[in-house]
Amino acid sequence: MTITAIAAPLLKYLVRLADDNLVLGQRLSEYIASAPEIEEDLAVANIGLDHIGVAQHLFSYAAEVEGEGRTEDDFAFWRTEREFTNALLVEQPHEGFGELIARQFLFDAYQLELWEALSRSSDERLAGIAAKALKEARYHLRHTSSWVVRLGDGTDESHRRMQDAIGAMWRFTGELFEADDLDRQMADEGVGVDPTTLHQAWTATVDEILAEATLHRPDDPYQASGGRSGMHSEHLGHLLAEMQWMQRTYPGLQW
Amino acid sequence: MTTQTLSSRIEDLVAAVVDPEVPVLTIGDLGVLRGVTVAADGAVAVTITPTYSGCPALGVIEEDIVSVLKAAGYERVAVNTVLSPPWTTDWMTDDARHRLNDYGIAPPGPAGADAEPVVCPQCSATKTTVVSPFGSTACKALMVCEVCREPFDHFKAI
Repeated sequence: MTITAIAAPLLKYLVRLADDNLVLGQRLSEYIASAPEIEEDLAVANIGLDHIGVAQHLFSYAAEVEGEGRTEDDFAFWRTEREFTNALLVEQPHEGFGELIARQFLFDAYQLELWEALSRSSDERLAGIAAKALKEARYHLRHTSSWVVRLGDGTDESHRRMQDAIGAMWRFTGELFEADDLDRQMADEGVGVDPTTLHQAWTATVDEILAEATLHRPDDPYQASGGRSGMHSEHLGHLLAEMQWMQRTYPGLQW
Repeated sequence: MTTQTLSSRIEDLVAAVVDPEVPVLTIGDLGVLRGVTVAADGAVAVTITPTYSGCPALGVIEEDIVSVLKAAGYERVAVNTVLSPPWTTDWMTDDARHRLNDYGIAPPGPAGADAEPVVCPQCSATKTTVVSPFGSTACKALMVCEVCREPFDHFKAI
């Protein structure tokens, strides 16, 4: 199948938003049945499902905007690594539960601000998707915050591991707040949001929870970037191989 | 029969479709059903909204709507999904809340006011605690009653 180059800015923007959710949903699904307790298996599955649901709504809208007959499944299963424009944070693998929580917490705090801003988008369809996702993000953040506090302000061992986990994910947070031409154009049109404007509120949320968790904010000056333009870490290819193998092995399969 | 009464008859049929995950509630009870219109040529358009973005029951609900209308003789049925305004548990009817409670699931309180105590559906005690904020379906949390010690599901207020 040939995938047409994504041209329209709105289309590109929707796919970018969707990719974050799809990739993170897939990452979370890897952990089902591996959580430290069964309640967390449920939590991880539920949060992952919310992200995949949001991705589905965004891809489905993107497909309509494009108007070439693609479906949400085509976007998910028939694009290559370089065509994915998710942030690097969501594709990072997790070494244990602490890293899963750290990645999710840092991303939830970002999505809370993102969906809040996009719920006021001049694009009604996008505003609707965002308003719905906002309620879910708020619930996710409450859950992950409680784990950051519980582990950070727990035993010496859990504190050390939570601090290490925040440290391992920190270098991928800067990219979330970088604006490129597409972000600026979408923000100018009132459709999107300039991510640089979300950074302050995000920092406040993160600082508050880290302080409660007796953890410190890492001062790692190195920040990785490139996901938005399709330049990924080595981990995305493996994730896509796992996620896409069935559709690629049996093209056109129907459930 | 005028189009108006026909439309409300069809709406009653559709509203009675049960939620496959919480079979004591219908999509009318939940507020998942947003509207039914019947065109002059008899084509039926049903509008529904998901509880959560990734609600896996939505596909089954769509199929059930189509099949219940087909059984009633309506062949041309289109089911559309809307996300706006976002679904809230505040749309759940009082009658539905009572039935939910009788079924053993604590009904949601007002959305945005989660400080309210959740009442145990078994013994009506208010001393209950959350075991897991995520339960067997996206819309529920798992709780336990500190008085009768029974675990129970709570329909989360959203």
